[in-house]
Amino acid sequence: MDEVVIRVENVSKQYRLGQVGTGTMSHDLNRWWHSIRGKEDPYLLVGEENDRTVTGKSDYVWSLRDINFEIKRGEVLGIIGKNGAGKSTLLKILSRVTQPTTGNLFIKGRIASLLEVGTGFHPELSGRENVFLNGAILGMSKKEIRSKFDEIIDFSGVERYIDTPVKRYSSGMYVRLAFAVAAHLEPEILIVDEVLAVGDAEFQKKCLGKMSYVAGQGRTVLFVSHNLSAVQTLCTRAILLNKGSVRIDSTVERALDEYGSMDAKKYSERFWEKESAPAFHDKIVRLHSIRVLNKEGQVKNLFDVKDSITIEAGYWVMEEKYSLNVHLYIKNNVGQTLFVSMDNLDSPWKDKKQPPGLYLVRCEVPPNFLNEGIIKIEYLICLNPHTGMNVCVDDAVTFQVIDDKNTNGVRGNWQLPWPSAQIRPRLEWKIERVQNS
Amino acid sequence: MKSREVTSHWDLIIRSKSSVFDLDFKSIWKYRDLIMLFVRRDFVANYKQTILGPLWHFIQPLITTGIYLLVFTKIAKIPTDGINSVLFYMSGITLWNYFSSCLTGTSNTFGSNAGIFGKVYFPRLVSPISSIISNLMKFGIQFLMLVLMMICFSVFKGEPFYLGLSWLLIIPLLIVMAVLGLGLGIIISSLTTKYRDFAVLIGFGVQLLMYATPVVYPLSFIADKSYKFLIVINPLTYLMEAFRFAIFHHGILSIYLIYSLGFTCVMLIMGLIMFNKVERTFMDTV
Repeated sequence: MDEVVIRVENVSKQYRLGQVGTGTMSHDLNRWWHSIRGKEDPYLLVGEENDRTVTGKSDYVWSLRDINFEIKRGEVLGIIGKNGAGKSTLLKILSRVTQPTTGNLFIKGRIASLLEVGTGFHPELSGRENVFLNGAILGMSKKEIRSKFDEIIDFSGVERYIDTPVKRYSSGMYVRLAFAVAAHLEPEILIVDEVLAVGDAEFQKKCLGKMSYVAGQGRTVLFVSHNLSAVQTLCTRAILLNKGSVRIDSTVERALDEYGSMDAKKYSERFWEKESAPAFHDKIVRLHSIRVLNKEGQVKNLFDVKDSITIEAGYWVMEEKYSLNVHLYIKNNVGQTLFVSMDNLDSPWKDKKQPPGLYLVRCEVPPNFLNEGIIKIEYLICLNPHTGMNVCVDDAVTFQVIDDKNTNGVRGNWQLPWPSAQIRPRLEWKIERVQNS
Repeated sequence: MKSREVTSHWDLIIRSKSSVFDLDFKSIWKYRDLIMLFVRRDFVANYKQTILGPLWHFIQPLITTGIYLLVFTKIAKIPTDGINSVLFYMSGITLWNYFSSCLTGTSNTFGSNAGIFGKVYFPRLVSPISSIISNLMKFGIQFLMLVLMMICFSVFKGEPFYLGLSWLLIIPLLIVMAVLGLGLGIIISSLTTKYRDFAVLIGFGVQLLMYATPVVYPLSFIADKSYKFLIVINPLTYLMEAFRFAIFHHGILSIYLIYSLGFTCVMLIMGLIMFNKVERTFMDTV
């Protein structure tokens, strides 16, 4: 069980930015000139870390830098990270599509990846011919494909069209046939890149299903995803990549926790300058801040469904003139409002004018209340009684709620994913047996 | 050396720096099924939704022969070395087609396969090798037609039909032609991943090369011409002449075939080294 099946040693990958043109030629010549004199590649020294948002000085970036890790047989490793963290580059190197700039990789067993679905399908060939072609591209022998052919066709459900050119297939049929081939590869190591997996929700679900099946048989899985809930449910270990380096390699819980606080300040905390803050009524009321905090009062971007979430909003009052009313709109990823909460019920200044100063209101979303997903908060202040004027910031902060496989939350001993719903409150149930049969 | 011990039990080691001679022929053999499936794909996909299908292989050389007959025999009055001019041109076209389709087919290996290569690994040489084999099938069809024409001409027009041991020469000639096409093709494909200039060059380069090869004229025709050296340094010249010698027993079977063979070997080795170097990282530059 403790056998290492993948070892990654000091792997780095450098990419050149911009167009390939005459500039490339001179760099190539310079590189060649260095190499025949036995010197090191001069351009390996100038690379910068990969940060999309900053204009770099160099034409070269390190998409991966000194990556080291090992994977043991039977592990289900999640690889998480923001866009551009190097996840896909790492997979490309592992699947031998491109070579690392430095470092070595050691692999034991056959690797297959579900990002290859439909690779090499030729539109003019029939489904049958494409099954053989695609299977051979993925590394199966003709004999192997023939022995699994009926199974593949069964699984795909396109038996009737098997001798029709695939260009006549609907896109759904096409993907199903392609997936059926990939699903019958039986690799020792399976790579799933959900980030690249185009396809509908059903298809993504199929990928996940295949993955947990493979994992269940004690084979090794590498899983790249933005779907943190899926990572939490399926993986036994996680690596967090950040700007091309391993930020954390640990349990899923720790990696997700780190992921949640990595950019927390960017997404889950917002401050406004006193002078330029959104304001109303001759700037008598000005917004100050809004933050999303955990129980310990730290800014967090990621919460478990079992966590309590505190939203803290601040505002300035410049003159003693009004009684104010804070509204928090809790919205989902697509902007639908799940619910609204107001502070008036608990406010000590209910029906009273508020004296000048900085006010902080805190509102706690109880544990076991929100469902999984991305939550956006709209922050609004108006007068009470309402005059029609207000100050409001949409998407003031966002955070994400995820669910793990532990059974001590609302899910109880329910094993499958929670049915999709906006909220998932813990409600009191009373169950009694009212009659003997 | 701890690492030396561990390396033995890994199935696959990916290194950032690898020797240029690190060619993996074993894995190409492992993917032989894929080679044959690619051949089939090329052949079948070409004629899907055509009425004449593989008959097109007959039509193209027939029409070309007609044109050459008009231009080079009727207008330019170039002799064909005592061989019937229709058969002379057709034999030239058949062999030249094989070489040029091998060369152009393999010279765009990386460009036309970028979609597949970018997603999944298999030995990249599988693609050019399959292209050479599928062209061989095309050659087979055209060669069959050439033989039929030769029989027709001998029956109806009394042209001599020579069948002898020299026909066996065709096999090694074809192999050398194929390897030369492959070698040059993968050199060009390795160069074009980064600099597309060579892709433009190959388009008319192949056409120009045909005129530097005795396809539309016999080697004896230029024996005393001042531009002779252009044709003499061309390794294809001797292959073409030897091919005509093989089927017509007429032409020059020269000792310079060794030069052609040597040239081919050098091109193949150069090609393999360059291809091997480029295939690892071409996805970053293609």
